[in-house]
Amino acid sequence: MTTAALNRRHLLAAGGLIMAARASGLLLPARAEGFAPTESMTGGSNNYRKGAAIVDRIGKGGFWMSGTVRRAGDGAPLAGQRIQIWAHTVEGQEHEPQSHGATLTDENGAFRLEMPQIIPIFGQPHGHLAYDSGEFKTVFLRPVMRSAKETSLQAHFVLQSA
Amino acid sequence: MRLARAALVWIALATAVCVPIVLAATSPQLAWRGPVYILAGFSGIVALGLMLVQPLLIAGYLPGLSAFRGRRVHHWIGGALVAAIVIHVAGLWITSPPDMIDALLYVSPTPFSPWGVTAMWAIFAVALLAIFRRRLRLRTWRIAHMLLAIIIVAGSVVHAILIEGTMETVSKVALCVLVLAAAIKVLANLWARIKRGSLRGEITARQ
Repeated sequence: MTTAALNRRHLLAAGGLIMAARASGLLLPARAEGFAPTESMTGGSNNYRKGAAIVDRIGKGGFWMSGTVRRAGDGAPLAGQRIQIWAHTVEGQEHEPQSHGATLTDENGAFRLEMPQIIPIFGQPHGHLAYDSGEFKTVFLRPVMRSAKETSLQAHFVLQSA
Repeated sequence: MRLARAALVWIALATAVCVPIVLAATSPQLAWRGPVYILAGFSGIVALGLMLVQPLLIAGYLPGLSAFRGRRVHHWIGGALVAAIVIHVAGLWITSPPDMIDALLYVSPTPFSPWGVTAMWAIFAVALLAIFRRRLRLRTWRIAHMLLAIIIVAGSVVHAILIEGTMETVSKVALCVLVLAAAIKVLANLWARIKRGSLRGEITARQ
């Protein structure tokens, strides 16, 4: 009786696992469908300078801006996408040319650009990022640092076709 | 004894207003700001300090100033407040036009902006009402000024607290608490007098 009970429990457990696996199997493509396009943030395009050059590093560096670029819908990573970055840093104000730079995403859709330390401007330590290359709809982001002491900041793009 | 008390009151007031300004002047942030941006920031800090003086003046809490002179100085400082706010906004506009325009249009991503802009309009409204004060009934003027003062003080304090800038945190919070406390005390007293209806008679008698 005991073994039978155990077996039944095992069976139930196994059945449950299969159900869970099926559910997650069903969920996976559903989740992939659900990559909603990133909306531009208010104030994101402030002090934007179109066409910042692709650089290895903005200024003397010391701060890391990173993130990912994906396609809306299936969430596929987008390689070779140009992301423009600018901020008020220890080396210049937001609108000044030396505060701007661009980088390209790698094969995993990730980007990472070293830049000077961001400092609080207009009451918040924040950076600006733009996707503005035409193939997809333009997106401007304005992430805020949790503390002015942080030395990195992240921002993620999910792009939809223009 | 009275002289010592008077000196203490003035020293305390000068400390409350000047310490935040002096500490802000030592902020490392200043190294990365242009002169116009620095001027804009400091006129905001000065305006917050003046906001502490205003209720104390009108309530006659500052020793050595007669009620008449206290009110005269209150008017002048009111004008100085308007000037400080104009410099604050103009300086920030020059520093980053799109950010200032967003703030003025109430679409700024920064949570403190609408509080500051609302306080600014309330300060302008008081100044405008003050110019045409003689055309208003005394009671109307008093109530309008009180309501606008509540908006000014609440808006300015929230604005200042939420900003991450050159002000040192402890001195900023201390000044904000004092501004709030002074405003609440003076407004509550005034409100009680208006409700009793005694203010009108008192003012008429004094004039």
